[in-house]
Amino acid sequence: MIPLASGALFGAGACLSGMVRPSKVLGFLDFGGAWDASLLVVMACALAIHVLAWRLVPAQRHPGPPSTVVDARLLGGAALFGIGWGLAGYCPGPALVSIVSGARGSLVFVAAMIAGMWLAGHAPSGKPDTGEG
Amino acid sequence: MHDFTPVHAAVGGALIALSLAVMLIATGRIAGLSGIVGGIVRPRAGDWIWRAWFLAGALAVGAVFELAAPLTYDADARVPLPVVAIAGLLVGLGTRLGNGCTSGHGLCGMSRLSKRSIVATMTFFALAVATATITGALCAG
Repeated sequence: MIPLASGALFGAGACLSGMVRPSKVLGFLDFGGAWDASLLVVMACALAIHVLAWRLVPAQRHPGPPSTVVDARLLGGAALFGIGWGLAGYCPGPALVSIVSGARGSLVFVAAMIAGMWLAGHAPSGKPDTGEG
Repeated sequence: MHDFTPVHAAVGGALIALSLAVMLIATGRIAGLSGIVGGIVRPRAGDWIWRAWFLAGALAVGAVFELAAPLTYDADARVPLPVVAIAGLLVGLGTRLGNGCTSGHGLCGMSRLSKRSIVATMTFFALAVATATITGALCAG
């Protein structure tokens, strides 16, 4: 089961990297206090592997060239996501993993995130998912 | 530097990248996390079982960490719970409108120099840093 194994790898990575801890994430995003560069290492390491991974995708499975349309929906969505990420310190994957801790913050966050995802499907000029992620 | 954990960060980053790389190479899917969860919240026929398996794997390993090393997780949020709820709503709405999050745009898209992903990642990083820095100053004050 490829998705199960892949999900397990993600869970382990989110836990080990510290991305499941909002305090760790905010230590990186908050430039005002004692800054923690750990997430820069997470990102750099992951990006380096992904540059290689793209070269290994078989041609018949390649999702094709990415769309180049930069529109208000992309910019507005990314802006809202950034504000939410900076407020609480959770991005979607690690937030979801963290619900197993039962911490109230993570449960409230994920419940609200699911509501937000549901609402996004009702936004005006909704386009089908381009499958970017 | 405060709480810098480069080895854990490098290993964790590598595992996150491997997770998405396995999906990409084996199935041709750009398996960003907001996309995986979004596809379960608004399911399409025949396209949700792999998402459920992925999340089951992630949650199972997360639970092992909770049992073996509970300090993996934070007990409390930095901001009050109503603010956490607003943050969650913004993240859910924003990642679906913008079609991706840290994994889909930040890793999968940026690593193939997708213009949309680079613009999206710069935008959400800039706003996250600004928001976290302002909120941090308010919390400390």
